Amino acid sequence: MQNDIILSMRNITKAFPGVLALSGVDFTLRRGEIHALMGENGAGKSTLIKVLTGVYPKDAGQIYINDDAAGIKSPKEAQRLGIATVYQEITLCPNLTVAENMFMGRGKYKFVNWNKTKRKARRILDSLDIPANPSQQLANCSLAVQQMVAIARTVDMDCKVLILDEPTSSLDEQEVEKLFRLMNELKSRGVGIIFVTHFLEQVYKVCDRITVLRNGELVGEYETRELPRLSLVSKMMGKELDDLSSLKKNDVVSTENDAPVVYQAESLSSVAGVKPFDFQIKKGEVNGFTGLLGSGRSESVRAIFGADKVTGGKITVHGKRAKITAPKDAMKHGIGYLPEDRKRDGIVADLSVRENIILALQVLNGFFKPFTKAQQRRFADEYIKLLGVKTASVDTPIKSLSGGNQQKVILARWLLTHPKYLILDEPTRGIDVGTKAEIQRIVLKLASEGMSITFISSEIEEMLRTCSRLIVMRDRSIVGELRGSDMTQDRIMATIAGGASDNA
Amino acid sequence: MKKGINTFNSRHTLEKRREPMTDTNLLLSITIGIFVLFYGFSMVKFGGGFLRPNQFFDIFNENGALIIIACGLSVVMVAGGIDISVGGVTSFVCMVSVVMLDDHGFSVAQTLLLALGIGLAFGAAQGFLVSYLEIQPFIVSLAGMFFARGATTMVEVNPRTVQHVSFKALRGVKLNLPFGYTANNGNFIAAKLELGVIIALAIVIVIFIILRWTKFGRSLYAVGGNSQSALMLGINVKRTRFCSYLLCGLLAGIAGFVYLLHTGSGSVTQFSGAEMKAIASSIIGGTLLTGGVGNIIGTLFGVLLLATINLIVIALKLKGPWWQGITVGFMLSLFIILQSVILSYRNRRRATI
Repeated sequence: MQNDIILSMRNITKAFPGVLALSGVDFTLRRGEIHALMGENGAGKSTLIKVLTGVYPKDAGQIYINDDAAGIKSPKEAQRLGIATVYQEITLCPNLTVAENMFMGRGKYKFVNWNKTKRKARRILDSLDIPANPSQQLANCSLAVQQMVAIARTVDMDCKVLILDEPTSSLDEQEVEKLFRLMNELKSRGVGIIFVTHFLEQVYKVCDRITVLRNGELVGEYETRELPRLSLVSKMMGKELDDLSSLKKNDVVSTENDAPVVYQAESLSSVAGVKPFDFQIKKGEVNGFTGLLGSGRSESVRAIFGADKVTGGKITVHGKRAKITAPKDAMKHGIGYLPEDRKRDGIVADLSVRENIILALQVLNGFFKPFTKAQQRRFADEYIKLLGVKTASVDTPIKSLSGGNQQKVILARWLLTHPKYLILDEPTRGIDVGTKAEIQRIVLKLASEGMSITFISSEIEEMLRTCSRLIVMRDRSIVGELRGSDMTQDRIMATIAGGASDNA
Repeated sequence: MKKGINTFNSRHTLEKRREPMTDTNLLLSITIGIFVLFYGFSMVKFGGGFLRPNQFFDIFNENGALIIIACGLSVVMVAGGIDISVGGVTSFVCMVSVVMLDDHGFSVAQTLLLALGIGLAFGAAQGFLVSYLEIQPFIVSLAGMFFARGATTMVEVNPRTVQHVSFKALRGVKLNLPFGYTANNGNFIAAKLELGVIIALAIVIVIFIILRWTKFGRSLYAVGGNSQSALMLGINVKRTRFCSYLLCGLLAGIAGFVYLLHTGSGSVTQFSGAEMKAIASSIIGGTLLTGGVGNIIGTLFGVLLLATINLIVIALKLKGPWWQGITVGFMLSLFIILQSVILSYRNRRRATI
């Protein structure tokens, strides 16, 4: 591997009102390496990347590309300097075709040559084995394919620096593999790749170096093979690790079989296309829905909460018949739901932390009985402390919080309504290891206090750690239920695959 | 596990084969289909004028200026904006032109340049406020509308008719088409296209080319589709937005000149409500008010469809001026419902892919 440096950022500082997001951070990227940028939420990873790509102006510091000082003021300029970015959220235009999304905004042309564009796009897509048609509208592609189109775009841009900001969080395993092959291919062409992710395994699989940030400061730069996982995690968290593995099986609440059933559904179905399913949960139980991406995990819990239009089924809550066809009904029966896509379904970006916390309780209370500001503040303060939300004040707009803290605010919103049954759909997605462990701990604590919880996560280990019963789904129907000693990765895989499964 | 992967792959191959239309093309085909349906229905039901090509081309003659400002609005709407000042600007340009031609000895060429200048000035001012100061486009152009209407009154209060000789000669320029009908007395009456309509159609073609084949045109779609993404893709979002208003203003200026070519007079109240008709035409033509989707051919058909509906109302001999408004209102609602039903159906299907 060559060791020549293509990008170096020196002493980068960036402040937002009330928060010093980056203070004197250095970062170095060499030709042909995959470099992981790690840190907890709020460590400053996103800010560093946005400074590098010209989305945010920096307050101090220098950026050098190939030893030349570069004053990057806009994404366009960054692009011109050979810095390409693929963000976690798709930053392509859904109304344009795949080919256009790959070539839009670059090159010196005045007129579009559609045939040439399509041919070029077809060639790149084929070479990367991406299942998309150049003349297809992007919105007609699946999310994963859209993500890959975004990467395909950068492949053709002859970029020197490729930034991948959590590219894998919406991809399934097979697609992640494909992405890694692609990354290695680019690496061999001499591209420097900055890889931001929360998946430790992925870091150890593909990265050469790791830079760790914490609280806006540089912790250090390490060779991946010289940094054991445990010390990486402890460097990210800034303390000797109160290890995740301490949340062992024995901590999992084992529900006595005579606990009362809190919620029961028979042949429940919704317009989102889940096959009618039966489901029940007991008091103080933590159960999970697992399955591949798109297997219907989220659709099932959305049906329970009435988030999608319910088309049939018999529901009993605490042994009494109940009619739950809209979220409001569910809330009245003491059911809370933390949605998967917090940007779209969860937070109200422009409202303050306080207003976001109060929202669900206010809906339950009716809008004609508003809480006083003092009451709201008291509630907000209580839960901010309880969950350890990092925010400048209760009146900070929620959009300026980091992902993990936004998630905690939404959790606070539901805890405030004191639900009997709480559904958490991917509550740990896109947030750091420390907060993940914290949320898992909170879940177990709530369950031990008698709350029933449904927990969904793409990370099977996480589900194994927190749930006492797992419902396995495939192709939008339930294919198995695992509990106790059956709950192992192998058994889950086998059940999903439909091989030697016990159709419980 | 294996089974899951297989279904995943087969789904993609399916996707490859089906390749659905883009939203833009889908909405365009609906508009054209409905126009053909309406006109065909009128030909069968009413016969008479509808069977003559002359009536068809008179629709163009009556609506030259409207076609032009509708083009401008489509451009702005595709980029996710709105401009309700265009009717006022057109009327202002028209009145200024009359006064300049007759009272200040301007030549036709000078007047045309002035018309373009006024249009550009309005476009630039509003574009600047909307794109660089990020003020709501509705409010900016609302102010622009009042400003233009007020300015019209300031220039001249009384209705005026153009006396300028060479301009009157220019008004007489008409293109005789090789079709027409034979009148009762045996004379062949050819269908004609006014000079203004030829300008309007040329503009439609130019805008069509801009929207479909130029970098600027495609940037408009990107900005209207998702301005944040467009920025990330390296598009100068502010400049693109600014240019959309500039172009719209320029077209309003041209429309003022074309309107004067058609009517030969200027009055304070003329062309009132035209911006609303233009918006309606764009929407009927498949342009989404939310931006990112639209087609200029659809806009042209939107204007034609609105005019046809008016003709039908007249042919039905429905007395009372309210029928036109009610019919157009009803049609517009129908279109928007149709659009949103179709698009939400598509989106739902996408979500399950």
